[in-house]
Amino acid sequence: MQLAKVIGDVVVTRKDENLTGVKLLVLQPIAADGSKTGRTLVAVDAAGAGVGETVFFVRGKEASFPFYPIEVPADAGIVGIVDHWDLG
Amino acid sequence: MQLARVVGTVVATQKHPKFEGAKLLLVQPTTVDDQPRGVPLLAVDSVGAGVHEKVLIVIEGRAAGEALGRKGAPVDAAIIGIVDSVDVTE
Repeated sequence: MQLAKVIGDVVVTRKDENLTGVKLLVLQPIAADGSKTGRTLVAVDAAGAGVGETVFFVRGKEASFPFYPIEVPADAGIVGIVDHWDLG
Repeated sequence: MQLARVVGTVVATQKHPKFEGAKLLLVQPTTVDDQPRGVPLLAVDSVGAGVHEKVLIVIEGRAAGEALGRKGAPVDAAIIGIVDSVDVTE
């Protein structure tokens, strides 16, 4: 899993039927110090996240597990909203 | 998932049987502000996308196979939606 900031959303009308009702958000992965790192990506939302929030997301087929038994065709998914994090 | 722009079509007569009837498109991944990023790749299309359209692609084997509706298909990328709009706040 990785930390990211939700920086936007994507509207897709014509899509795979298994994406119906699934929220798609644009993520900017962030480093432990909160700075931007790596490429932006689009993720399905399984945590009720919104633009401006810090979240953690999972990559790979596992992104579709929260929607089981619907086989959502996803390779990245938001699975939690981060309240805060601390560095030891 | 990644945003991408459809830049071409691909025709292949001799191919793995799981590709039978599948539409193959050449897509160029883009940034959120529509600049090309990385190399173009081949994606199967099950939503009816066309050249020049902005699309959402999944780059993961099993998810791509699901989009195609075929288990065990030797694919690693699929177009899963046609993008109406991208709204980025920063």
